[in-house]
Amino acid sequence: MLQFLIRRLLAVIPVLFVVAVVVFLILRLTPGDPAAVIAGNSATLEDIANIRKSLGLDEPLLIQFGIWFKAILTGDLGHSFYYRLPVTELIGQRLEPTFMLALFTIVLAVMVSVPLGVLAAWRHGGWLDRGLMGFSVLGFSIPVFVLGYILIWIVSLKLNLLPVQGYKRIGEGFWPFVSHLILPAVTLAVIYIALIARVTRAAVSEALTEDYIRTARSKGLPEVRVLIKHALANAAVPIVTVIGIGIALLIGGVVVTETVYAIPGLGQLTVDAVLARDFPVVQGVILFFSVAYVLINLLVDLSYIVLDPRIRY
Amino acid sequence: MSRVVLDVSGLGVALPHGSDRAHAVRDISFSVNAGEIVCLLGESGSGKSIIAQTVMGLLPAHVRATEGQALLLGEDVLKYTPEQLRAVRGVRMSMIFQEPMTALNPVMACGEQVDEMLTQHTALPAEERRRKILDIFAQVKLPEPERIYASYPHQLSGGQRQRIMIAMALMLEPALLIADEPTTALDVTTQAEILRLIRQLQREHNTGVLFITHDMGVVAEIADRVVVLQLGKLVEQGTKLEVLQSPREAYTRMLLDAVPSLEPPELAHQPEAPAVAPVLLVRDLQKTYVSRNWFGRKREVDAAIGVNLTVERGETVGIVGESGSGKSTVARCIVRLIEPTAGHIEVLGQHMHGRSIASLKPLRKKVQIVFQDPYRSLNPRQTVGAAIIEGPMNFGASRTAAWQRAEALMELVRLAPSALNRYPSEFSGGQRQRICIARTLAMDPELLICDEAVSALDVSVAAQILELLAEIQQRLHLALLFITHDLRVAAQICDRVIVMEKGRIVEQGRTRDVFTHPQQPYTRALLAAAPGREFAFGHKHAALAPA
Repeated sequence: MLQFLIRRLLAVIPVLFVVAVVVFLILRLTPGDPAAVIAGNSATLEDIANIRKSLGLDEPLLIQFGIWFKAILTGDLGHSFYYRLPVTELIGQRLEPTFMLALFTIVLAVMVSVPLGVLAAWRHGGWLDRGLMGFSVLGFSIPVFVLGYILIWIVSLKLNLLPVQGYKRIGEGFWPFVSHLILPAVTLAVIYIALIARVTRAAVSEALTEDYIRTARSKGLPEVRVLIKHALANAAVPIVTVIGIGIALLIGGVVVTETVYAIPGLGQLTVDAVLARDFPVVQGVILFFSVAYVLINLLVDLSYIVLDPRIRY
Repeated sequence: MSRVVLDVSGLGVALPHGSDRAHAVRDISFSVNAGEIVCLLGESGSGKSIIAQTVMGLLPAHVRATEGQALLLGEDVLKYTPEQLRAVRGVRMSMIFQEPMTALNPVMACGEQVDEMLTQHTALPAEERRRKILDIFAQVKLPEPERIYASYPHQLSGGQRQRIMIAMALMLEPALLIADEPTTALDVTTQAEILRLIRQLQREHNTGVLFITHDMGVVAEIADRVVVLQLGKLVEQGTKLEVLQSPREAYTRMLLDAVPSLEPPELAHQPEAPAVAPVLLVRDLQKTYVSRNWFGRKREVDAAIGVNLTVERGETVGIVGESGSGKSTVARCIVRLIEPTAGHIEVLGQHMHGRSIASLKPLRKKVQIVFQDPYRSLNPRQTVGAAIIEGPMNFGASRTAAWQRAEALMELVRLAPSALNRYPSEFSGGQRQRICIARTLAMDPELLICDEAVSALDVSVAAQILELLAEIQQRLHLALLFITHDLRVAAQICDRVIVMEKGRIVEQGRTRDVFTHPQQPYTRALLAAAPGREFAFGHKHAALAPA
């Protein structure tokens, strides 16, 4: 078990190395010069050359990579070209809104989708089942930004119920904090509700055909207990797996959602950094997401031990 | 006069439209008294399980009881609301099932699963519940009740799981216990123990038991009274002795006659003197499964060790043993479906071992195998004809020649040649097994291996297949290696038997010698565990063995 943990944590290193190389190369090989962006429209060629030199961009690629990679190993993600701040500090500042949005989204998605999936499996072929399947097709197909603007238009502009955009820290009051997160979380959650509900329905339907369900019923257990303690408990592994995948995919969704709702999180930071050719920030954020992704996967794998006693590492 | 626990009268259960018949069962009447075991006996499709599910209220959604009543302690369970049903399940009636491997929830500790019964139906405090559970675990003779309480089902053996099911079912001392083939999936020695346990607990608690089975031997062991069913109709009922010794109906007689006798026939078949090399010669066969866990630690399991055997032309050799004895491993090594770890295998004097897959090809033709489950060993998307001619055509036969041969083989296995154009799904289990036999014969094998070839079939169908195999063997002078867990089948069809336990041969010899004078304790235990020994079943089938 401990050996498994150590082995998995060590496996993070080669993953991060590959991510680092790929991110680094993609950024350098795509057109666009950060020095030109920083220097602005009125700069001379000489100004730009000076800026390039000050940023270390005049060195050969291999040297640049070596410097950057050595710094990473000591926990230093470099300095932003644009903000003139350490990348770690930038990520720290922007982490909270993104984390809160992701948390709200995933909690909302799980709370809605798992019960829906279980009910749909229980009443297989019923109106709820068919309704849910229809909804999930819709949920999969509607783009996040379309849904986002529709929700803003109806809920905020027409009904005036929730703020249109922005983010408030939890220190600025609980309701302002929550009210600013509801719409983004709902927008982002729709696709996960569709995804998780479908998987839950399939896994629970399958579990419901098993012999131990018949045993549970023959014991005179109420249907709710049969569904939760026997069917859902046995269907948990695929459901948790897809929730894990969902959290990982969320990273992509957050970028668009934060833009639509003007939330100053990591998604916005990434978009701004890409537009500004702020290489260290883009590299840092992607590395950070990669670590998060690997850790989430590890957590999912570890959760299997709790969910299914037959699984041992 | 003891009280009536279950009284079923005029019961009819309708099947949905488009089923092969309108009613799963119809006009069924019988009763179960307290302290009595009533066996519902029937082959597949007889509706015996449907009756049990109807009483428990566990019928599938689209199937329902349409007529009659089922009185449990005087109340009609068919009229119960779901709530009422739930309240009596586990309390007044409970059920144990066929597959102990799947009947328990794999992600819940065994103690907890039994505990659900108590939390649902009693108001006992946790301490008291735990004491009661450990108590009943001891009663069903589970070792170390404390450990079993915390164990998950996968950590226990099949027999232990079935004991958990029995403990759970009897926890609240129900008046009626329904046992649906509770020992069918178990090894014969485990089966004997479980039957004894059910018998004993049922007497102690004065429980009425409705015991569903297809096995005459089990009926002979456990029943007080017997109800015989055929295709949803009640054929006859009576006490065990009435039904087993002087059956009134032809169907019951046929069932009884189809059970192979445990006593091997007098005139054992004399194989011809081995003038030529034996068809199959196996020396020191070994198969070791090596698995590595996450840390690279090795775990070795010997599935077969030091196995020696020969099969001569025209001879039938049986390998008998319980699950895990290695009998199927040996068969699979011989046909090289799996690679033996070590040893020497010769077919018709030619080495099978150490050859490349390509150079094995001509030998493969000579060794053919019939598998256990005819429902899964035929490709459902391939016509019967295509399945049969595929083999010969791989060896260069022309399509027309192979097809003509297939037609002749269909007649040999007593199926219409016109059936070659149909799909496996259109045939019954017995017919499919005939098709599988025809498929192997199409290769003109010298050695035919039957791996539990009749175990999945009803007793009357199995008898026909055994008869067919014996006849074909005589006609074609095949060497037959017959792998089975069923001692009755082995007694009837084999000239010699090999008894295996945990990968090793413990005893071998002429069938009659082994069955009448077993030398090893394990063989004796196996024979003693065979259910229904005191009833001489299958007298008529003495003629079944090659004479």
